[in-house]
Amino acid sequence: MSLKTPTSLMASIRAGATSLGLFAVLAAAAISLTYIAGSESIAANKAAAKARALSAVMPPHFYDQSLLSAPLKLVDYAQLNLSPPAVGYAAVKSGSTQAIILPVIAKDGYSGDIALLVGIDQYGFIQGVRTIEHKETPGLGDKIDRKKSTWIDSFNGRSLANTPLSDWAVTKDGGVFDGFTGATITPRAVVNAVHQGLLYHQRQYSALYTTAEDY
Amino acid sequence: MSTEQTKLVMDGLWNNNPALVQLLGLCPLLAVTGSVVNALGLGFATLLVLVGSNLLVSLIRNRVADDIRLPVFVMIIAALVTIAELTMQALTYELYQILGIFIPLIVTNCAILGRADAYARKNPPHLAVLDGLSMGLGFAIVLVLLGAMRELLGQGTLFADMHLLLGPMAQNWTLVIIHDYRGFLFAVLPPGAFVGMGLIIAAKNTFDYYQKTQQLKAHPLAEAGSKRVRVTGTIA
Repeated sequence: MSLKTPTSLMASIRAGATSLGLFAVLAAAAISLTYIAGSESIAANKAAAKARALSAVMPPHFYDQSLLSAPLKLVDYAQLNLSPPAVGYAAVKSGSTQAIILPVIAKDGYSGDIALLVGIDQYGFIQGVRTIEHKETPGLGDKIDRKKSTWIDSFNGRSLANTPLSDWAVTKDGGVFDGFTGATITPRAVVNAVHQGLLYHQRQYSALYTTAEDY
Repeated sequence: MSTEQTKLVMDGLWNNNPALVQLLGLCPLLAVTGSVVNALGLGFATLLVLVGSNLLVSLIRNRVADDIRLPVFVMIIAALVTIAELTMQALTYELYQILGIFIPLIVTNCAILGRADAYARKNPPHLAVLDGLSMGLGFAIVLVLLGAMRELLGQGTLFADMHLLLGPMAQNWTLVIIHDYRGFLFAVLPPGAFVGMGLIIAAKNTFDYYQKTQQLKAHPLAEAGSKRVRVTGTIA
């Protein structure tokens, strides 16, 4: 190496840089092509997945148009722990809002945020709850995932009217919702978050149901 | 199979297993082996990327100067992983939702760069692909073994939630090995991964040692070492 003249060093730097640059361009081109070729079906898949998630918390008799077609800009959503833009969805049938789907985030899970969707009808009854995203301990806290356990169905039919404030807790804390063996923090966080969703629905009732009709 | 090919398969699966001997790719390995289904998902995704990157690296092996080979390999692997992720999102979204969390983890797997540099860049494509297959399979087997140990100890089950990966046909695969099991959190959490991994490595080493001593007993090495005795001078 030390015997090489500066020219050959320059030449080797140039050769290296050129070929590295060439590979970078090739790699970027390959990724861009894949992205362009797939972006449409990726967007369609994402929308379909979202629609599936929404329809999981809302029985079909509440709406006759796509749930995605009536997004609701939420206001005053501090209790739901959402980050802007916070969007809920209205279940619209024959032109009038029958129910609302609210996103709620529980900040007090065992590890990280738990993102939930809560479907609430216009009389304040829960129609469905699903965990969209979580990082709870596999095998313990992850029973909040409907794929792993039906626990989350225990919210169905609950309302602020038929379940008094003191009952919105896991059984260990004197409430009516089962906890999991070995994991109390997770279900406690979910119960609180769903309760917050119901309270928000009650508090923002007029705003939710009038804005929805504007769409 | 030629001896070279047999050697590649044996190396990947046992003698030079990426997880047990080379100890590469431990970050994703320890992170996701909480259950069999997760282990299988990561193992499968890693296997595919490893074969793909070995093939590409082998194809360009004569066109890349030694000085810049590592950045080029890193670029190839990163591009391959990104393309795999995009393709899965576009074609098999369901599978992407299941394996999606594992894909970024593959980039952190130094076994892939390790094989590219140690083998694929010096050998023709068909051998490089075989190397990727055996190494990927060896890695996946250790993943699944560790996943099974942790799932069994942590939850008392085996093959729980396999339908997430394999579809409805695996709906009823869950084997409840220990009924009314209260769960053993330690096995599911990261420390359990380290301890479990240590036990597997120890078991492999014990087995290898036992085999070696058996072999020595059966065929003692004739004239092992030099019989001459040093009689002059001092040993430094």
